[in-house]
Amino acid sequence: MSSQKAERQLKVSVWRGADAGQFETFEVPQHDSQTVLDIVSWIQHNADPTLSYRFACRVGMCGSCAMMVNDEPRWTCRTHVNKVARDGELKIGPLRNLPVVKDLATDMDPFFDKWTAAEAHHHPSADRHDLMAPVDMQSADRVAANTAIECINCAVCYAACDTVAGNPDYLGPAALQRAWTLIKDEKDSGREDILAAISGTGGCHNCHSIGSCTQYCPNELDPLSAIANLKRETVKNWWKRNA
Amino acid sequence: MLDLRLYMLQRITALIMIPLVIGHIATMIYAIQGGLTAAEILGRTQGSVFWFLFYGSFVLAVSVHAAIGVRVVAHEWLGVVGSSLRVLTIVIALGLAALGLQATFAVTLA
Ligand code: SF4
Ligand code: SF4
Ligand code: FES
Repeated sequence: MSSQKAERQLKVSVWRGADAGQFETFEVPQHDSQTVLDIVSWIQHNADPTLSYRFACRVGMCGSCAMMVNDEPRWTCRTHVNKVARDGELKIGPLRNLPVVKDLATDMDPFFDKWTAAEAHHHPSADRHDLMAPVDMQSADRVAANTAIECINCAVCYAACDTVAGNPDYLGPAALQRAWTLIKDEKDSGREDILAAISGTGGCHNCHSIGSCTQYCPNELDPLSAIANLKRETVKNWWKRNA
Repeated sequence: MLDLRLYMLQRITALIMIPLVIGHIATMIYAIQGGLTAAEILGRTQGSVFWFLFYGSFVLAVSVHAAIGVRVVAHEWLGVVGSSLRVLTIVIALGLAALGLQATFAVTLA
């Protein structure tokens, strides 16, 4: 029985090359509870050691293993093959919307550069001699931000976003969502800088609210709503300044 | 490509259009009772400063609103960038405004 199962073969097409390249097909033995990352690792261990890809934690914490699986962005270490294989076939490519370094490894710089451009980093409001700002876990702002803080920087949402595809300057869902959590953070003093950073030509107002980000985020976060909240915040601010 | 200023312009022009569209549709429903003729329409609009301002402001709101919308499509789907994108936006806005205001003028104050 188990030997029968081990004999099941999966036909896996894997992207080889950089931005120019082609898919190469491998036959990979299929097992129960196998993840897409297991498949990629199997190919590298048993078929072609030159295959490049990225992973670290294998448990959905580090955000480094995202790839396109059958043309949809997914965290491969937590994606079961039997959920995504179609007719015994699997297509695995590098994340969309990012330059390809080699095979399944993308250059994440544009993604993280946009976090910086969105001011999506901590702006200290106190130094070590000050008391910590008290955070009321029940406050409406905190509760709103809590829904958005568990981002693992996997760029699945970024790869899913058609606005990023059409508008390379667009900061994208992950960076904007982090900007939103910082605006709602009592310990962050960057509110004005953040609002300015996300109101420019690549800012939150370019989002079409179609919600691929929210649909694909493996951590079930909701960048779509975070961005809608940012838009609301900037509009309120605009009326205050101009009315 | 869309900053807060363009976003606000597009939203505010949308807000201006809402009552004007409702007013236009309400007038049409009222006007077609018992048939519709060009003479009847012109009888209502010709020489009317009110209708000139009504449709004139609609035309201006549409021109700005639509030009920003087309700008987004031109950038995301056709890859138009930089000063070409700026010129395209302005040409569409001015073109729509010119056509619309000409038509509005012809049926009201001409
Ligand atoms: S809702 Fe906005 S950020 Fe999310 S995928 Fe759509 S355009 Fe991108
Ligand atoms: S929001 Fe979700 S999909 Fe986007 S980077 Fe964070 S964890 Fe990944
Ligand atoms: S390997 Fe860390 S999230 Fe997949």
